Amino acid sequence: MNWLLVAAVALPSLGAALAWAYRGERQAHWLGVASAGAGLVAVAVLPFGREASGWWHRLDLAWAPSIHLDFALAVDGVSWPLALLTALLGLLCCVYNALGAERSSASAPLQVPAATVATGGPFPKADRAVGVPAETTIAAASASGGTRQAGVGSVRTGRTAGAEAGEATAEAGRVSPVLTSLLLAVQAASTLVFLADNLVLFFIAFEAVLLPMWAIIHRYGDPAARRHAAGKFALFTVAGSLLMATGLFIAVADTGTAGLGAIITAGGVGEPVSLLVFALLALGFAVKAPLWPLHSWLPDAHTAAPTVGSVLLAGVLLKLGTYGLIRVAGGLAPDGAAEAAPVLGALAALGILVAGLVCLSLPELKRLIAYSSVGHMGFVVLAFAAGTEAGVRAALFGNLAHGLVTPLLFFLAGAIKARAGTGRLSSLGGLRLAAPRLAGLLGFAALASLGLPGLAGFWGEAFTVYAAAERGGAWLALAAVAAFGAFLAAAYLLRMLRRVSHGPVAPAAAGIGDVSAAEAAVWTPLVAGTLLLGLVPGPLLALFAEGLL
Amino acid sequence: MTLALMLIGVPALAGLAGLLVRGRGPARALALAAPAVAIVVAAACAAASPTGAFTLADFGSVRVSAAFDLSPTASAVALASSTVAFLVQLYSTAYLRTDPRYPPFAAQVNLFLAAMLLVVAADDLVLLLIGWEVMGACSYLLIAHYATLPKAPGAAAKAFLVTRFGDVAFVLGVMILAAAAGSFRLSEIRDVPEGAAAAAMLLILFGCIGKSAQFPLQIWLPPAMAGPTPVSALIHAATMVAAGAYVLTRLLPLWPAELLVAVAVVAAVTMVGAGLCALAASDVKGVLAWSTVSQVGFMFAGVAVAAGDAALFHLVSHAAFKGLLFLTAGTVIAVAATDGSLRTTRLRPGDSPPAFWAMTIGLASMAGLPPLGGFFSKETVLGAAYEAGTPAGVVVFWAGVGASILTAAYAARLWLLLFWRGTDREKSRARLAGPEAFSLWALTISTLGVGALYYRGPFTVPELHGDLMALLLLATLGGFAVVGDWWWRAHRRGSRSATDDRFDPARLLGRTRPAFAAGLYGERLAAKATRALARAASLGARALDERLVDRTAVEGSARATLAAARETAAGHRGGLAAYLRLSAAGTLVVAAVAIGVSLWHG
Repeated sequence: MNWLLVAAVALPSLGAALAWAYRGERQAHWLGVASAGAGLVAVAVLPFGREASGWWHRLDLAWAPSIHLDFALAVDGVSWPLALLTALLGLLCCVYNALGAERSSASAPLQVPAATVATGGPFPKADRAVGVPAETTIAAASASGGTRQAGVGSVRTGRTAGAEAGEATAEAGRVSPVLTSLLLAVQAASTLVFLADNLVLFFIAFEAVLLPMWAIIHRYGDPAARRHAAGKFALFTVAGSLLMATGLFIAVADTGTAGLGAIITAGGVGEPVSLLVFALLALGFAVKAPLWPLHSWLPDAHTAAPTVGSVLLAGVLLKLGTYGLIRVAGGLAPDGAAEAAPVLGALAALGILVAGLVCLSLPELKRLIAYSSVGHMGFVVLAFAAGTEAGVRAALFGNLAHGLVTPLLFFLAGAIKARAGTGRLSSLGGLRLAAPRLAGLLGFAALASLGLPGLAGFWGEAFTVYAAAERGGAWLALAAVAAFGAFLAAAYLLRMLRRVSHGPVAPAAAGIGDVSAAEAAVWTPLVAGTLLLGLVPGPLLALFAEGLL
Repeated sequence: MTLALMLIGVPALAGLAGLLVRGRGPARALALAAPAVAIVVAAACAAASPTGAFTLADFGSVRVSAAFDLSPTASAVALASSTVAFLVQLYSTAYLRTDPRYPPFAAQVNLFLAAMLLVVAADDLVLLLIGWEVMGACSYLLIAHYATLPKAPGAAAKAFLVTRFGDVAFVLGVMILAAAAGSFRLSEIRDVPEGAAAAAMLLILFGCIGKSAQFPLQIWLPPAMAGPTPVSALIHAATMVAAGAYVLTRLLPLWPAELLVAVAVVAAVTMVGAGLCALAASDVKGVLAWSTVSQVGFMFAGVAVAAGDAALFHLVSHAAFKGLLFLTAGTVIAVAATDGSLRTTRLRPGDSPPAFWAMTIGLASMAGLPPLGGFFSKETVLGAAYEAGTPAGVVVFWAGVGASILTAAYAARLWLLLFWRGTDREKSRARLAGPEAFSLWALTISTLGVGALYYRGPFTVPELHGDLMALLLLATLGGFAVVGDWWWRAHRRGSRSATDDRFDPARLLGRTRPAFAAGLYGERLAAKATRALARAASLGARALDERLVDRTAVEGSARATLAAARETAAGHRGGLAAYLRLSAAGTLVVAAVAIGVSLWHG
């Protein structure tokens, strides 16, 4: 069974390599699908023959012992659901690309007119003021050029200008297998993060996720905003990772071992460095999670990224942050976590509130969903910060639920944007009449996202409130903020539904097709998972209970 | 246990399956079968009183159980809900016969019923919360049913958001209660510390106020009429609106006695205020909507004097007559072919005798005429208040008497305006479709017979008081008398046009009438205030987030770094003289540091 751990990482990597090697052929997509499917199977069978407690399976190969680097993989009830989610989303994204489910190419301009500040683009004035490196200047110039042309009144010129700015126009119309290859690379590296039992390996994998994701945004994103967004994403994450690396090395130096499970079972690092280690690690992970106010890369990255990129970003990359926070930071430095909990909790609650309020007036669909992620992750961090048994389980559950619901929302938003050619709420409307099934799915996803009981989102968020209420005292205020945040979620999601689904059919939404078979195939697992987790939360919580924390 | 699971599972599965069904035939079969099964199972539950539990989710320090406790009173409520839902489904098969979106409608009604039954049967607060919020979501979907009606999406969103605003408090209250008691099981929560119990119960009360459209969260109910009429019947009669009162009766043992006066104040203000609004309302469904708010106030009054069974008895009898009134109103509006405005909607009693008799009996029951159900249930609530002898009892008793006068007045007004203004249309007897007629007759019989529950029913209610009955009858007759008097005097003044506003007994309210007709502007004010507040808060948050955090802190630091880089770079291409100056300065600095360090160590 131990070699399945290797297979779970190696199969997607192999797929990435193959899809890259045969990128000229259309079958390359299916190579990716096959390897992602095999990877999913490898992860799915991991629970069989597992140990009763602690790690289910563990594999340890010496790699570079002098720098504490071992190729040590392990899996337990906390990491397995996340690895499974990663494999599932990876497969769905590959299938989505292979079937060409998105009608216009992912590299075509999705925003007409070109992105402005409000729609997720850069701040042109700010960029011009400093004369940042050449490529950003070009992007900013083309963005402002696009705006100016669109201002003249012709939507078509806006679109052309945007398209010319993109170098990928040549391959417009078809999704390149390179994108599939990059997706698989993200999947492989993320799986390695979830399965790593060695801190140095963990760090390497954590960094390895960044590059393909950067490339996805930079190369296949919305031409008007992608360079800026990709750069911001990369810089933010690297800065966080460096702090995190420092924390990891202090922990290794303090304990003399780099085994994650070994340190956790030993009770973490020594008391004197505990707070320092936790602070450094938490800062790094908070960037990735993201925790307010370190989140500002996220809306830009999501808005600019292609649909599949957004899906992986929301479903996998954010999970790296929360997984790291709960498992690594909380596990290595439990004392520091307890000390820092009030700060973490307050920031998380503030994030829930600010994200909810911001979402109330955002004019663009994908940006709205991106910001809602900040709120959802706030719930996860708040539950973790509360630190009670119920809180940690609620955090893990909410984390996973978000990984099902938000990708579904991004898929739907991507489909709407690709069809209507715009994501602006003010130019959409009447989806219920134009495409009833698409509108029905959007309604379902929105209800799931606002934490409707009976769907996946509920358990994590409701028990975040419970965990905070359990702490009593000032935490009650945080519980109230969290409960109010769930109300804000309802408010902004209903506003979105009202703009997108209800009302008379907007010109942009007229005649857009309903859900295609390919899309239905990709979205069904997410819908089913959302229902299943909502109705039967017990088994997953039982997995978390036996996990190594 | 199996019975309880069937009671909720059958409508829930039928609802979920119905969402996938396209054809009208299968959709109708599912629509009717599920509530029918629920009726049978609820009746069986009344006999068997099933209880049972299994763990649904284990959060370590606390667990959520799928725990059910169907006492005979709970079963009676479940039976009432299922019956109304069945008749609503039956009525809708005819009422929505031309609607292309009938299949999802029927499925959502079944989900709605399942959610209500979950609330009724749950013995676990989180399980109850699931039903509670699913019901809110279903109400959103159902009110927004008419895709082309411009006001429907707004009304639907308002219903969902206002009730969810109450739910913020409800969730918080449930969590505080459970954290203090260590359990979510209603049957296990005992001996909660005084402070936690008080805070939790007040918060839960606020949630129930939202769901039951009591003051000050009554604003969502009147616009909710934008949904199809059967949906109004469902929401008003036996589900959503009644759920708040029901949950309060379940939690009665936990209330600190002196805090019940809070419930009493809410009930008193709502009963009287909503009664006045009903008297002034300008359309048929508006009168009925406000009357629901007022009647649910009576249920809250029962809770305020710790008489849970009296409240539930009124809930059941209200379910019968309000279901009847709403379905009949749908028929009346359809026969009169108007938009439901009271100014234009009028019939002769002979135009549709079933509708006339159904409306007459429903209104008489609501006004509290013996021997109809409304008389008994209202009498028991006020009797409990009479016997209570607490401040809360005094408040709700007198408010209840006042509300009874108002009930009689608005019932009489509606009856006179609908049926006794004549009409210029030629005489034609509108024929009701079979399912519609069946629903009306079934509910009429229920309304007539529900009073029997007083003598042989699961409810423990106070004895009838002779003096109280006399007072209540006097109040009712007084209400009739005032309206009747106005009506006759208007006639004697010899108004020619039947639609003349001078006939309208609502003019009794004088200059305050427009204010009451608009619900004291509560809805408009709340909407305006909320919108302004939301806009300001959102802009504030965006300024903080996008300008301060993103543009100033993040992008600003990037700009600062670049600027520093440029400055440094500029310093490195200055030519020989500049280099010389730089290296001299550098040497000086290094020398100074070296001397400083050596002095420090020396």
